Amino acid sequence: MVDIPFDEVAGIPPAEVGEVELYHPKSWWTRYVFSQDAKVIAIQYSLTASAIGLVALVLSWMMRLQLGFPGTFSFIDANQYLQFITMHGMIMVIYLLTALFLGGFGNYLIPLMVGARDMVFPYVNMLSYWVYLLAVLVLASTFFVPGGPTGAGWTLYPPQAILSGTPGQDWGIILMLASLILFIIGFTMGGLNYVVTVLQARTRGMTLMRMPLTVWGIFTATVMALLAFPALFVASVMLLLDRILGTSFFMPTLVEMGQLTKYGGGSPILFQHLFWFFGHPEVYIVALPAFGIISDLISVHARKNIFGYRMMVWAIVAIGALSFVVWAHHMYVSGMNPYFGFFFATTTLIIAIPTAIKVYNWVLTLWRGDIHLTVPMLFALAFIITFVNGGLTGLFLGNVVVDVPLSDTMFVVAHFHMVMGIAPIMAVFGGIYHWYPKVTGRMLNEALGRFHFWVSFLGAYAVFFPMHYLGLLGMPRRYHDIGETAFIPASAHDLNAFMSVAALIVGFAQMVFLFNLIWSLFKGKEAGGNPWGAASLEWQTPETPPGHGNWGKELPIVYRWAYDYSVPGATRDFVPQNEPPARLSAQGAHP
Amino acid sequence: MSAILLFMATVAAIAGWWLSQQRLAAKPWLEEGVAVDFRDRSGSSVPAAKIGLGVFLAVVGSLFALLISAYSMRTNMADWRELPLPRLLWFNTGVLVISSAALQWAHMAARRDDIDGLIVGLLVGGASAMTFLAGQLLVWQQLNVAGYFVASNPANSFFYLITAAHGLHLMGGLVALGRTTAKVWRGAPMMQVRLSVELCAIYWHFLLLVWLVLLGLLTGWTDNFVDICRQLLT
Repeated sequence: MVDIPFDEVAGIPPAEVGEVELYHPKSWWTRYVFSQDAKVIAIQYSLTASAIGLVALVLSWMMRLQLGFPGTFSFIDANQYLQFITMHGMIMVIYLLTALFLGGFGNYLIPLMVGARDMVFPYVNMLSYWVYLLAVLVLASTFFVPGGPTGAGWTLYPPQAILSGTPGQDWGIILMLASLILFIIGFTMGGLNYVVTVLQARTRGMTLMRMPLTVWGIFTATVMALLAFPALFVASVMLLLDRILGTSFFMPTLVEMGQLTKYGGGSPILFQHLFWFFGHPEVYIVALPAFGIISDLISVHARKNIFGYRMMVWAIVAIGALSFVVWAHHMYVSGMNPYFGFFFATTTLIIAIPTAIKVYNWVLTLWRGDIHLTVPMLFALAFIITFVNGGLTGLFLGNVVVDVPLSDTMFVVAHFHMVMGIAPIMAVFGGIYHWYPKVTGRMLNEALGRFHFWVSFLGAYAVFFPMHYLGLLGMPRRYHDIGETAFIPASAHDLNAFMSVAALIVGFAQMVFLFNLIWSLFKGKEAGGNPWGAASLEWQTPETPPGHGNWGKELPIVYRWAYDYSVPGATRDFVPQNEPPARLSAQGAHP
Repeated sequence: MSAILLFMATVAAIAGWWLSQQRLAAKPWLEEGVAVDFRDRSGSSVPAAKIGLGVFLAVVGSLFALLISAYSMRTNMADWRELPLPRLLWFNTGVLVISSAALQWAHMAARRDDIDGLIVGLLVGGASAMTFLAGQLLVWQQLNVAGYFVASNPANSFFYLITAAHGLHLMGGLVALGRTTAKVWRGAPMMQVRLSVELCAIYWHFLLLVWLVLLGLLTGWTDNFVDICRQLLT
């Protein structure tokens, strides 16, 4: 590639492909532990996130056991149930999904996909992981402190979050808030890297509009996260001060156990505003990388260029911007002015437009494509179905009059698990099956993958589809034990038992997945550099797994977008991004 | 939440302006060859560290905008009682202005290759920033002596929280400034320190701006302005 006469292509001088300032590790420790290589950091992020995610998975089993078979398990009491809910939610949303999509996928894919040697600030990137790990350890330590973890619910609403009567009032809540503060500091370090790398470290020819949609999704999500996490930071710091110093940012005058507390004059609604100003963008911080990954998966495995690439990019940006003006739709029942409710319902429904554009474009990409039902493709299809499902119930809940009766029922739980639990996890799995060969050089086992897919997909539907129905019946959420009620028939309890069994089976399928990850690392089929025949840059590295600095001596030069599949007249059914135009190849300039 | 929405609108406007320069209407599926992107056109590209600082300032700005939002939501409630602000704050503000000016001086000296001016600027800037921090601690102490404790009233809590957040950011800046000064002290070539000095100066100006806004808020100077905005909106 060195000899390509660039001047003939576009009349620009040769690219600077000299050795960039790259940190070279000198020992085993700096190579694999305190590594500044984004790929190693990505794996560290992913493993840590998965490990704490497994804890959250086990917590969900505990909750399901209690809901399906109330009174059977003596080791789950009401307090523990609340603690399980809180930790499950917080871990899954923040410590698993956010960390995995941005810290894991972001770190691995951004430099490779934009043709960079590494992130622009590798040292800060390393620091980001270690602060994240510290945050996870602080969070996990709450299981072992007196009083256990906090049971305030993942939204940590004051005043109950820091009052006695809520489990974990001693240490749990303090450590939870400290852990969140650490997480945000760590994330900000990483986030700066992802943004500046996309802005500054793209290789020659990689314009913004040639970036794969995965990078667009992660980039936009990171920008959103950088702007939204400060809200959680401020809320956490203020709540921590309320708990430790006895300030009254959020705490009104109230009586606790028959005694007037020292608090007075604070506003609990203020916390809700701050929390959801972070909380709603958070939904899209998780969804946008998933959108991007799914776009790439569908295009590669249907051997067709993504339909409406420009619209896809615009939709990502539009969703990112809109998601900052919808936060109060989480607060319809907190007693705000009905006119605000109207405003936020409108903005919420407007988000459906760019989202629907994306869904149509995915479907139109599949239309008359050469669909290969590989495991990544199966997960991608499952994502689309699940996201549409969850999105439609979102339209229900976005309307004030529908939300008010449903807001404290299982319907909400079903909705957000569909849209923010199952759907992103499908994208995560699809992404792992897709990029595992690049990370390890070996394919994941196909049969185990299919087993994992079908059990997870059908099982997840067996859990969450009936849950909508329970919600419509009026079954409340957050309750440890429903007990005897007039409005919940006995059949609902049978349904709950069925869902719990399904949840255990889905959990078991994840063990098969873990086994597959480890087994394939040693015994998997050799993948080669580009097993899927993908056009984007990360599959064109000289080595697989990519070496330190990613690209050998010369940075790649990009001549086209990332979706040239089944191009008429081309020799193969894909044209890599770094393949020079045919005109030059014909002249023999391409080595 | 109007402060944070205003801030977000500003960020969105900047991002939108930037995106409008990025040929987002291009049809990449029709284009082959090495495209000329904006980084080629602009000639000298902006260093990554400077962009990184810009993004970081957006994050810090968002943090303070949220604090201001929370503060202004709280002040609207009936039981809000202002706390008297010690006069020392005005002295501190003056010191922070001097600090910012000194770093600007250092930045200009670095551009002129004037090593003496650079060292003087850095030292004066660092010393006055530390004086500011000491002054802020003194303000806290005066308030404490006068009985305005952190937990006794929401206005007090906000005052301590906001000044602490600002002070901590300045302390973080001092770490960077210390490293830069040490580099200059060791005789690093001017080329290497020029960027660091510039970044410190930008950060200091930003923190000065934040402080002036916060001071306006805490002293109630901005109340009229806020009222006008509120009337415009409603």
